[in-house]
Amino acid sequence: MGEVIVITSGKGGVGKTTTTANLGTGLALQGKKVVLIDTDIGLRNLDVVMGLENRIVYDLVDVVEGSCRIKQALIKDKRYEGLYLLPAAQTRDKSSVNPEQMIKLCDELREEFDYIIVDCPAGIEQGFKNAIAGANRAIVVTTPEVSAVRDADRIVGLLEANELRNPRLIVNRVRIDMVKRGDMMTIDDIIDILAIDLIGVVPDDEKIVVSTNRGEPAVNDSKSLAGQAYRNITKRIMGENVPIMDLETDDGLMFKIKRLFGLKTT
Amino acid sequence: MLLDLSKLFGKSKASKDVAKERLKLVLIHDRANVSPQFLEMVKGEIIKVITNYMDIDESALDIQLTKTKCDDEERVVPALVANIPIKNVKNSGK
Ligand SMILES: Nc1ncnc2c1ncn2[C@@H]1O[C@H](COP(=O)(O)OP(=O)(O)O)[C@@H](O)[C@H]1O
Ligand SMILES: [Mg+2]
Repeated sequence: MGEVIVITSGKGGVGKTTTTANLGTGLALQGKKVVLIDTDIGLRNLDVVMGLENRIVYDLVDVVEGSCRIKQALIKDKRYEGLYLLPAAQTRDKSSVNPEQMIKLCDELREEFDYIIVDCPAGIEQGFKNAIAGANRAIVVTTPEVSAVRDADRIVGLLEANELRNPRLIVNRVRIDMVKRGDMMTIDDIIDILAIDLIGVVPDDEKIVVSTNRGEPAVNDSKSLAGQAYRNITKRIMGENVPIMDLETDDGLMFKIKRLFGLKTT
Repeated sequence: MLLDLSKLFGKSKASKDVAKERLKLVLIHDRANVSPQFLEMVKGEIIKVITNYMDIDESALDIQLTKTKCDDEERVVPALVANIPIKNVKNSGK
């Protein structure tokens, strides 16, 4: 039986879609059978981040309305064995899907896939309710900013109210230089405030923009620091005990030096 | 070093600490789910009780939800703080 993991945040633009694409691809690279569901109906993006925008025929709304079979709507990513995308509808609105339909869909996908990763839209309304309905695990993405952390706190409360206990935290877009200057909250500051368990820290990395330009998730780029962070999170999702990459100490520096010389780090 | 110097000259504290402080405060409100209307209700009740005993300056009355450190440990808990300027204490019924 597969696991359904929702990637959520409350605030928009903090990296949910980027995280969904990278963790999904990362899990597929680990040999897992994975499907990514874009629940951001009306504002679909996961397809372009994955570079699969030209292959959409059917979408999530078609599936829940029964206009096509699930199999017909799943786009197989030819680059990564075992990776599939179920795109959102672009010309419909959030009310085209309801939580009961999502639960049914996720239950069916569980039979066939190891991981179902659900990309949640921003906000706490219908789209959020749909995205979390069928999930049994949740990952909350935030950035080290007051507004993002505040929204994350609200989301944690709502997840718990919906029986999704122990959500895990990803702090995205961390800038070590700013942290060192005292101009960015540290990971410890954020954990202290949110009081949930950390599953990973992703640095702010230009490579994310480059890889998004190309539609190729950074997790497959051995030279990207963010890619490395996503590879680590992938393993943690699978239950492996990988130490948190310490961006603030020599470890982080060593990684950068190794990267400069093109040495692979794991 | 630079940091120490700036402290010496009384420069403002690190912006990340300001962020953390502000966040903690805003989350106390968010988590307690306290609306301004709710505070107004509490304020009205407090005035009613206190005016039985003293004349107060209602216009200067200030009541806020804030936080305070628990004396046992580092834990920060929400606190209701009321600042009620007294004009005159009424004859205490003697
Ligand atoms: N670690 C990162 N480093 C640099 N840019 C990032 C990082 N994570 C996300 N971004 C950028 O931030 C923007 C918003 O990310 P996105 O994943 O679309 O957020 P969301 O889905 O939460 O709205 C995108 O332009 C993305 O490329
Ligand atoms: Mg998104």
